Amino acid sequence: MKSLWYLFSAYTIIWFLIWSYTMWIGRKQTHLFREIERLKTLLSKHDLSE
Amino acid sequence: MKKIDIAVFVLGILTFLAISLSLYMAFIYTPLEKTMGAVQKIFYFHLPLAWIGFLAFFIVFLGGVLYLITGSIKWDNLAYSSAEIGVIFSTLVLVTGSIWAKRAWNTWWTWDPRLTTMLILWMIYVGYLMMRNAIDNVERRAKISAVIGIAGFVDVPIVFMAIRWWRTMHPLLITSKGMGLAPSMLTTLFVSLASFTLLYLYLLLIRVRLGLAVNTAEEIKIRLSDKL
Repeated sequence: MKSLWYLFSAYTIIWFLIWSYTMWIGRKQTHLFREIERLKTLLSKHDLSE
Repeated sequence: MKKIDIAVFVLGILTFLAISLSLYMAFIYTPLEKTMGAVQKIFYFHLPLAWIGFLAFFIVFLGGVLYLITGSIKWDNLAYSSAEIGVIFSTLVLVTGSIWAKRAWNTWWTWDPRLTTMLILWMIYVGYLMMRNAIDNVERRAKISAVIGIAGFVDVPIVFMAIRWWRTMHPLLITSKGMGLAPSMLTTLFVSLASFTLLYLYLLLIRVRLGLAVNTAEEIKIRLSDKL
């Protein structure tokens, strides 16, 4: 029974850390893509006004 | 949809299927080890985690060499992405190894040559990531990172050979007589190694894509500030 607890802890930590890292990348990427779109719009507006 | 997005999607599905298969094999297909019991099953993921740590640091080394030769920032992006993944996987190697050791050796940590050299490796690449956050100049940061990434890789063969060079408590899996595992355990180990390699490639791809997006945003910001 004690062995199962150790096994469960190890697998939980592995998948929690990998899942958290993947989520962090996903969130940061969504934010960056929005930022790039906003910057591109600003740049094209500036080009038009010139 | 861009080519890189299609690659991420396909690789994501393949990785999910492969990891599901290796979980099934580790928990259901393989028999329970006689002396250690269920805790031995940590090994099916502990060893692939270590393999990915080494592979990731090799890519950091390679990215560093290619950056110094070509001066292209894309190699620095590759090395940085791989270092981040390598640190996560080597953290997991140390944590899962420690959990296994508590059950097998009745201690969370011992200053065994394999464990100590692995901890040093982890510290080198944590230092690499910290150094990157401390330098703003892109070229200077890339050059120093490349040098640390190349020099740090020297510890990888030392970690691998530690159990052969010094007296150690760490189990020796690969010997001159073979691997000393039952066929079902060996098959599970290889499936797990393959699925973790896919997971590494998937993570590397999405992390490199993020790095490219950061560079694009920076370039647009520079163009905007030039116009204003």
